[in-house]
Amino acid sequence: MSEARAHIFATIRRALGRQAPSAEQAAALHRRLDAPEPNVIPARAQIDAPARIGLFIAEAERADATVARVATVDDVPRAVADYLAANNLPSVLKVAPAVADIPWSERTALSAVAGVAGGGDPVGVTGAFAGVAETGTLVLLSGPDSPTTLNFLPDTHIVVLAAARIVGTYEDTWRSLRAAAGGDGPLPRTVNWITGPSRTADIEQTLLLGAHGPRRLHIVLVDGDDG
Amino acid sequence: MEATTRNFERNARKALADTKLQEALARLSHGFPAKRRQAIARLPEFEALRDAARDIRNDVLENLDFYLERFETRVGERGGQVHWARDAAEARSLVLKICQDAGARTVTKSKSMIGEEIAINEHLEANGITPVETDLGEYIIQIRREPPSHLIAPAIHLSKGQVAESFKEKHGQFPKDRSLEEPRALLDEARTVLRESFLEADVGMTGANMLVAETGTVVVVTNEGNADLTMSLPRVHIVIASLEKVVPTLDDAATLLRVLARSATGQEISVYTTFSTGPRRPGDLDGPEAFHVVLLDNGRTTMLGSELHEMLRCIRCGACLNECPIYRAVGGHAYGWVYSGPMGAVLTPVLIGIEHAGDLPNASTLCGKCEDVCPVRIPLPRMLRHWRQRQFEGNQSSAASRYGLKAWAFLARRPALYRLAVGPAVAVLGMLGRRRGRFRRLPLAGGWTASRDLPAPAGRTFLALWRKRPAGRP
Repeated sequence: MSEARAHIFATIRRALGRQAPSAEQAAALHRRLDAPEPNVIPARAQIDAPARIGLFIAEAERADATVARVATVDDVPRAVADYLAANNLPSVLKVAPAVADIPWSERTALSAVAGVAGGGDPVGVTGAFAGVAETGTLVLLSGPDSPTTLNFLPDTHIVVLAAARIVGTYEDTWRSLRAAAGGDGPLPRTVNWITGPSRTADIEQTLLLGAHGPRRLHIVLVDGDDG
Repeated sequence: MEATTRNFERNARKALADTKLQEALARLSHGFPAKRRQAIARLPEFEALRDAARDIRNDVLENLDFYLERFETRVGERGGQVHWARDAAEARSLVLKICQDAGARTVTKSKSMIGEEIAINEHLEANGITPVETDLGEYIIQIRREPPSHLIAPAIHLSKGQVAESFKEKHGQFPKDRSLEEPRALLDEARTVLRESFLEADVGMTGANMLVAETGTVVVVTNEGNADLTMSLPRVHIVIASLEKVVPTLDDAATLLRVLARSATGQEISVYTTFSTGPRRPGDLDGPEAFHVVLLDNGRTTMLGSELHEMLRCIRCGACLNECPIYRAVGGHAYGWVYSGPMGAVLTPVLIGIEHAGDLPNASTLCGKCEDVCPVRIPLPRMLRHWRQRQFEGNQSSAASRYGLKAWAFLARRPALYRLAVGPAVAVLGMLGRRRGRFRRLPLAGGWTASRDLPAPAGRTFLALWRKRPAGRP
């Protein structure tokens, strides 16, 4: 279909009244792509760290996520066990390798297996790359230690997030991803922005949670270290 | 799908008489616009973001070839493949070939307007491959064999009772006497059925809300999470998108996302925004092994630089539908094809020809509400007028309207004659209508007074009043 490609590009250039961009134009466009600038940034997210955490929690709850705060990583299993018990949910976890080191079963009745999600896993537990305060959005990256299916297949998705990873805006996460970029570019196969549990309003505009993805999104915020 | 755009008038009459549809449209008219206003009220920067969004989209169109090349290069570098399609037929063949090469029997799909535009489901079915729509609304209209009636809420025209009927017919595996009274029960049944499809599918097909040139990334937005299951479980991920969906950078994508959900559903942001770059990487535990992007032109490049250039800024949020008095009265199906509302009335004539869609640009009061709410500030009324002008010039409008316009233009260019013709009529109408202030019936204006009163004129024309004004006062 290279014929189609050639035809499309010829039509575009004819419509724009020029050939391929001149060297000067192309250089400017390359700069735009290689050193991207942010556009308008909402003031509500340009705040200090403690305020960011407060805004993140408020916005996540607005989007029907629930949030628990704990002091250290060692407190996470207890908080998860309590949440599952309070909601009458199974205590069998499928956890991302990234959070498999957390002592899930030491002082709780939880059982945890690391790996990808199957159709029958009731609870998925993952970490997160960042939380975006602006809209209470979690940013999750795919990778060998964080399979994407865990975010979507289980009925309950639990995310362990270090409070230090909460940033103000989406652009903050792009900046840190670009700074850490390797040979594969700044992005992994999948970047998931997740704001609350799955939902639909396709039937008579009635809002229902739990469409195809998780019915519940529970965030365990760890204040102590940078986890 | 077969276009019924020629039958707009008949479609519209049928829609107006359909009580279930009217109830559904009333729900929509009260829902989306109010939620949009509330979301905007929380974000003081919204107007500035609209300007930024417009500027980003303008920059894209000015440099479309550059950004597309960069996108293609980056997709290739990450192990994916970009395919180019001039028209719907080429796009259908490309998608079918990829599916056949993958030995696919079942293809899961998340909602894509391009999929509707090229009628990909029918093509796959005709070639022995089963496509399964996974967005709840899209699944419902797929089993009912209907086109979508709204950009983001494809089954907005249906009642829960109608959905329950369709499910009882389609899902023979469940007890016949089960209760499907509540939306919750309908959703849970669809979730159960579609869960199987997600796990079985060989290929997952999604649309794209944006294509990011900087990184070769495809951005897909949903609330249900169906696109994510569609693209992460099967072996092959096919993206079908129209080529103007490209944006320069991830920062630009963030800006557009800030106006998209707020304009569409009134959410701060949709539940799932997913950035996919290539197939699974070494060491990844899941994700597709192959990543294909089929880019469709289908007449869009001919809009570049034309009077319809700015229409290519559209990000398909549906705000112009939700606010349009015509859409709210007749719903999406009356427009007779894939796209509806003001954006459909501008775009459809490009895609299927003005000779097939001549009624659509006239199905507007030109009230301007669509332009008011458009997140990328597309001058939709101006474009609707452009189509009307084209019809007039091409002798495609009705003889009555052409002669009427010509007569009016003749008078309007001759002020003395105009006053002579209009003055007495206004005086007589003003006198006759003085008591009630309006006319219920009027000879020669039966079309107008059939559904509303004609306000009586003041008795003297504006020009007459202007001339009589006291000296020195405006």
